[in-house]
Amino acid sequence: MLLQICGPISYNLRRILAKKIGMIEALHLVKRFHDKKRGTVCAVDDVSFSCRQGEIYGLLGANGAGKTTTLRMLATILTPTEGTAIVAGFDVIKNPQMVRARVGFLSAATALYGRLTAQEMVEYFGRLHGLDEDTLRERMERLFERLEMQEFLNRRCDKLSTGMKQKVSIARTLVHNPTVMIFDEPTLGLDVMAARTIVKFIRECREAGKTVVFSTHVMSEVEKLCDKIGIIHGGKLLAEGTLPELRARTGIQDLEDLFVKVVEA
Amino acid sequence: MSLRNVGIVYRKELVDSLRDRRTLISMIVVPLLVMPLLTIGMGVLSIALVGIAMREVPRVMVLGGEDSPGVLAELNKLSDLEIVPAKPDYAEEISSKRIRAAVEIPAGFEAKLAAGESSTVKIYMYQGELKSGFGADRLQRFFSKLRDRAVREHLQARHLPENLARPFDILETNVASAEKVGGTVLGGLVPYFVILLCLTGAMYPAMDLTAGEKERGTIETLLCSPVSRTHLVIGKFLMVLTASIATAILAITSMAVSFGTGKQMLLSITKGAADPSLQITVTPKGVVSIFFVVFPLAVFFSAALLALSLVAKSFKEAQSYISPLMILVVMPAIASLLPGVELTPALAFIPVLNTSLVSKEIISGTFHWNLIGLIFLSSSIYAGIAIAIAVKLFQREDVLFRT
Repeated sequence: MLLQICGPISYNLRRILAKKIGMIEALHLVKRFHDKKRGTVCAVDDVSFSCRQGEIYGLLGANGAGKTTTLRMLATILTPTEGTAIVAGFDVIKNPQMVRARVGFLSAATALYGRLTAQEMVEYFGRLHGLDEDTLRERMERLFERLEMQEFLNRRCDKLSTGMKQKVSIARTLVHNPTVMIFDEPTLGLDVMAARTIVKFIRECREAGKTVVFSTHVMSEVEKLCDKIGIIHGGKLLAEGTLPELRARTGIQDLEDLFVKVVEA
Repeated sequence: MSLRNVGIVYRKELVDSLRDRRTLISMIVVPLLVMPLLTIGMGVLSIALVGIAMREVPRVMVLGGEDSPGVLAELNKLSDLEIVPAKPDYAEEISSKRIRAAVEIPAGFEAKLAAGESSTVKIYMYQGELKSGFGADRLQRFFSKLRDRAVREHLQARHLPENLARPFDILETNVASAEKVGGTVLGGLVPYFVILLCLTGAMYPAMDLTAGEKERGTIETLLCSPVSRTHLVIGKFLMVLTASIATAILAITSMAVSFGTGKQMLLSITKGAADPSLQITVTPKGVVSIFFVVFPLAVFFSAALLALSLVAKSFKEAQSYISPLMILVVMPAIASLLPGVELTPALAFIPVLNTSLVSKEIISGTFHWNLIGLIFLSSSIYAGIAIAIAVKLFQREDVLFRT
């Protein structure tokens, strides 16, 4: 909102503002891949959006729309071919390590090391984020208590239930207390109960004042969670705004119909 | 370079790998089993097999000799040969191992022997077949004695000294120590196994830490951490190297212990008459020197395996990339076993072959320090190149997120 009010402002000012308010700002992100069969593929084509602190931005799109690639660029896992993004005040191209230190990334796969215990898993990521041993102990204690993980802390991750794995994954994402959270289809393939845990967790992140971007193709999650929505298709951001804004613009109330209309247009 | 970050990654990978059964088998169980099996097992087995072959009374066929009854009678009297009736298909009988050898006594053999005329006795055998060799040896010994006796009788009849037909003796004496003799026989085989184990020990961790990580989806999470990709790959590389070195140390130690124990066992079995080729003593200096030349090779293997596995999308794909590498490693290692292949400054630059050849020399007690240094240097260069490639690949998105 603040950036919209300011209108066309300089890159440095955007950076300062983004840092101040702990936000995400994608600036004309482009990602091209070279594929042996298809040649050069443009997975993300000039995508720009912003998300403020304490806000949830939902990237809504079908499979292959470019959601994961966009989020990976924000998390500095992939480098943009063109454009850039400011995450928590740091440029993803110029200061990827500073960005990573402030971002928590959670994807569909729980992505745990099966032979490590739940505690070892969280410890490992805490150390990778440069936490000193005292801070790490304190953070872990709080997280384990909040997520009710005490019971299975010393159990190997490959022996845990899906729900337990989700909790370990969440603890792993939060251990370094990130200001920005990026969720890539976090509820994909989960049962209702496990998906509810994740949805609750995303909401808690907002309440804790974190900036949240998440991708999904589940309409109900978007309706429940998002302050702002971006509809992405074929690598392009086709529409953006709050849900009431999008409904007013298209004249369609049902989100699924709205999505189809935007995509087909 | 942040040693703290490298250490964090290394410690995690070490704990993770030590809980992986496949890594433990290739890193610990295999080297501890292969070396004793190779030395003691093969030694005992070969002694047992040779013993069985020696105890067998060979069935031999005598062709012709009807006009030489004396020779035939003497042959029939031999307790260590069983004479079977002559058949025209003696060659087929030998090939199909129904008889061990055949001897063809020429017509008028006894008469010619008495007259001092020359004639030819032919022995037919199955070349390379141990039991046929024993049968042919016994026939050869019999006819050699017969020839010596005939010469002696002719000389005596002419009142000539016995040594006229044997003016001097030739005595062949081995000056190489048992260690060197053994080294040339088994010495080629042992480095080959140490090198191979060095590779197999690093194989599973290399695949698990890269392709396995991609397959499980953990690589994405790992790349989100602020630790640089160089630190991540170096930490992983050190773990793979640890597995390779641990396998090599266990293999070399197990080899030295096996040789020591094996030697005692073989001597007690054979009552001190064991073939010198089976008696090998590896000195502590030899063990340290082998480790010295194997170390850069282990670094090279670890980095090469890591780079190859990194390119793969899955564990299975990594296996298909690594199989040809196994052949590439086995070929020069086998080449070092070929007779006549000796270490030269030029060969010191061929990876694997150089280490294999120099280890063979070290086991036989020969230390060419300049060549050992050259091999260490060349292997270190290859290792450095392989590490650089692995680090470079870990920075590439198209490699890390290959679809």
